[in-house]
Amino acid sequence: MSRLLFIIFTVLCMNHLKAAIEVYQFDFSEQEERFHQLSDQLRCPMCLNSNLSGSDAPIAADLRAEIYEQIIDGRTNDEIIDFMTQRYGDFINYRPPLNQGTVLLWFGPLVLLLVGLLIVWRMAISNQAVDQARSLTAEEQKKLEKILTGKK
Amino acid sequence: MNQRMKLFIPGVFFILMLGLLLFGLGRNPNQVPSALVDRPLPQFNLPDLNQDMGSMSSSDLQGSISIINFWATWCPPCHIEHPYLVEISERESDVRFIGVNYKDDLAEARLFLKEKGSPFEQVIIDLDGSLGIDFGVAGAPETFIVDSFGTIRYRHVGIINHQIWADTFEPIIARLK
Amino acid sequence: MIPELGNFSLILACCLASLMAIIPMAGAVNNNQLWMSLARPLSSGIWVFMLLSFACLAYAFLNDDFSVNYVANNSNSLLPTRYKFTGVWGGHEGSLLLWVLILASWSYAVSLFSRNLPLDILARVLSVMGIITSGFLMFMLLTSNPFERSLLNTPVDGRDLNPLLQDFGLIVHPPFLYMGYVGFSVAFAFAIAALLSGRLDAAWARWTRPWTNAAWAFLSVGIALGSWWAYYELGWGGWWFWDPTENVAFMPWLVGTALIHSLAVTEKRGVFKSWTVLLAIAAFSLSLLGAFIVRSGVLTSVHAFAVDPARGMVLLALMLLVIGSSLFLYALRAPVVKSTTSYTLTSREVMLLINNIILVVSTAAVLLGTIYPLLHEAVYGEANRVSIGPPYFNIIFLPLMGLLALVLGVGSFSRWKNTSIAYLKQQLLKVFVASVALGIIIPLIGTGGFNLGAVTAMILSLWIVLSIIKDMINKTANKSTRWKGLKALSLSYYGMQMAHLGMAVIILGVCLTTQYSVERDVRLMPGESEIIGRYEFVFEGVTAEQGPNYEADRATVTVMKNGENYLSLRPEKRFYFATRALQTEAAIDVGLFRDLFTALGDERGDGSWVIRIHLKPFVFWIWMGAFLMAFGGVVAITDKRYRIKKVIVSKPETVNVNETGKLAGEVS
Repeated sequence: MSRLLFIIFTVLCMNHLKAAIEVYQFDFSEQEERFHQLSDQLRCPMCLNSNLSGSDAPIAADLRAEIYEQIIDGRTNDEIIDFMTQRYGDFINYRPPLNQGTVLLWFGPLVLLLVGLLIVWRMAISNQAVDQARSLTAEEQKKLEKILTGKK
Repeated sequence: MNQRMKLFIPGVFFILMLGLLLFGLGRNPNQVPSALVDRPLPQFNLPDLNQDMGSMSSSDLQGSISIINFWATWCPPCHIEHPYLVEISERESDVRFIGVNYKDDLAEARLFLKEKGSPFEQVIIDLDGSLGIDFGVAGAPETFIVDSFGTIRYRHVGIINHQIWADTFEPIIARLK
Repeated sequence: MIPELGNFSLILACCLASLMAIIPMAGAVNNNQLWMSLARPLSSGIWVFMLLSFACLAYAFLNDDFSVNYVANNSNSLLPTRYKFTGVWGGHEGSLLLWVLILASWSYAVSLFSRNLPLDILARVLSVMGIITSGFLMFMLLTSNPFERSLLNTPVDGRDLNPLLQDFGLIVHPPFLYMGYVGFSVAFAFAIAALLSGRLDAAWARWTRPWTNAAWAFLSVGIALGSWWAYYELGWGGWWFWDPTENVAFMPWLVGTALIHSLAVTEKRGVFKSWTVLLAIAAFSLSLLGAFIVRSGVLTSVHAFAVDPARGMVLLALMLLVIGSSLFLYALRAPVVKSTTSYTLTSREVMLLINNIILVVSTAAVLLGTIYPLLHEAVYGEANRVSIGPPYFNIIFLPLMGLLALVLGVGSFSRWKNTSIAYLKQQLLKVFVASVALGIIIPLIGTGGFNLGAVTAMILSLWIVLSIIKDMINKTANKSTRWKGLKALSLSYYGMQMAHLGMAVIILGVCLTTQYSVERDVRLMPGESEIIGRYEFVFEGVTAEQGPNYEADRATVTVMKNGENYLSLRPEKRFYFATRALQTEAAIDVGLFRDLFTALGDERGDGSWVIRIHLKPFVFWIWMGAFLMAFGGVVAITDKRYRIKKVIVSKPETVNVNETGKLAGEVS
């Protein structure tokens, strides 16, 4: 079944090769900017992995038209994203909302960075205590040269 | 922690990730879930494909279990699915089959049902696909099971045949009854 | 007959690889010289048979042998000859064949250019390569044999190569990408050999460095080509979408970058050995993860190969074997002794370690974002799927890169063991003031407005560039003339600075394009025009064109600059016969400071056409920066440090002269 579905999706998304180019008239450039921003941020519910602006699937065109109308109607970005996620779930939003299920996603990298820097900090502090600077001794240096030149 | 033990951390992390990937192998990542399951039907009031029948609204769907099928004559899988739907609808007398003619040419749709027979009790027209958006539809065919209180219980993407009907639809309908 | 020959040599290569996996390793354990010395001939044997196998598949493609399933699925008699050849790696099976051929080539290169390596180390290294090669060859023979034939139901014609892949980009992108991906197997093999032999020392780091640089340089070019290809081929004007396929190529690159820096510390100062060896394992593990993700279909991607869970299972088993055992070995054998070498918080060691932390965290963020949909589904169920895309990655990744750029500047002036804070302050203050001042002024003059993104990018880039210049001034100050000073600097130093300059160039390219691009989708009648900045795009009309395996609508857009004819762009919309697919061919005028991008949409009833016109400033800098980085990596390999100056010819086989240097020459 999953195979069949895959085939169906591929057929429907063949159009993906063709860029979706349409013309919308906006009253303000700010509206046009928001239109691009939203159709970049929302995912085409049918295609493999592309946003609304990059998809030529019919549903993507419908959703772009929906976004356009709602922008002209004066809805805010949040309202439009709400409208979409109510119908298509968080799946449609390429920017996942912050909630219990995405805490790790949003804050994991930051925590990891802080932990990493903390470890480096502690290593360096403890290492500073080893005051005797020691690089390779002459003997070790010789040994290294030997290995590198391949002499037995 | 022992220094040596710390060196096992990457390995443990790797095994966990391998487990996750194994889990992922069994899924189809392309299937889009529905956000509408267990939520009430979207409100609508749309004309019937048969001009004599007037229109239909979402409240008309309360009182019995309904199957709502989005279809169109331009969609090849819908043609494959159609004969199965006709047979299934004849068999399942206590379930209402409602069609949504999705972004279609109306004359062609009428001709199609006239020639091939209609599985539907009523077919409403979603000319611009806005009902489709309200249902979270990505394309056609898609089929929804709605319970007698007007709550969406299941969404199916792709064609229905006897196998799929018996495996996924029948158990859900039996439970809803 | 020829496909059978190809299949047969594939089987032979697999047998030889299995021998190479076992015999030299056993020789190293038992100290058997003969067994160990078999590594070299075996690796050349594998390479020859892989090459033969590849040639056979290419022959089948060029002669339209549609009895071979893979050819029937990926070629067509109308396909132009050059695409028939590149079609060899246009699908899963063939690209896997290329993957293994490249793996065999790297093994062969190791056997050629490491004559000065102790025999036991070489034997172990090649054995590890043999394990990987035989694993992938078995995977190929069992699940994805490109030579499978249908002799009874031979199709009349092939299904044609995916139109997206019928392009110059495909000719060069996968080979470079795979050279990079697979190249990390050498660093991996050296790491495993070092762990097995217990000789995890400065010599190991020095041997590993040129190989890592080479693989990293290839991967940089491969990724840049992929992004460039997406930019001009997909017709949406974007160059990076954070698609899983892109991410899995990017992750080994990030870790490889960390590895290059960490190897420097390990070689020069003998510290962080366990960390460096872990990075070497991680870089190749991420390459394997990439192969798995692209070929198993666990994640949704635009460019992935067809879904097949069976292939995924075998690849997963292979990963468990290769990565699992190496991480286990790592846990058992990596040194835990505390180093007695001292360094302070402001030493170069620590600066490079911070660089490593940032790069590894960036990799972790990319990995997290890539597999998080799976994780979320495992915990919250299928009904609550999430999508993670560009908005997430940009928010997390870009600040990390900003931080990296800041550390880069400080790192340039830091010294091994300890750098006095007063010295750092004295050096950095001027650079800081100059980059902030210029960073604000230059965009102001250039555009007449203030744009936070552009200013930040400008400051960071200048910070890097001015640190490089200041550092060069410092390093040449003691010589009688600047020129002599510059000549005295080592090639590896120049390589490093080139790569760092590349980073500055990329930062500028990415940010300025994002901030200043003008994108218009307009509807024009023939003769009408659209003005963007200094350019006027006149739509002349559309003509029908006939290609070898497609027909096309071709628009002519004349660009006027300051009222004069400047150039013509001809975007196309193609219809490919065999696949019945429509495809947009963008027309782009590439310039150093701006790209003019046009793509053709649909015709409207009234004779007008929809046309996409983009003005993208500095977009070329993204790829220019990546190439600078790769070039820097190559220059660093040619450093004389990696060549052995004086060789006493004790055995006839050790006639090594500038072997690594030669390799670098071929690489560039």
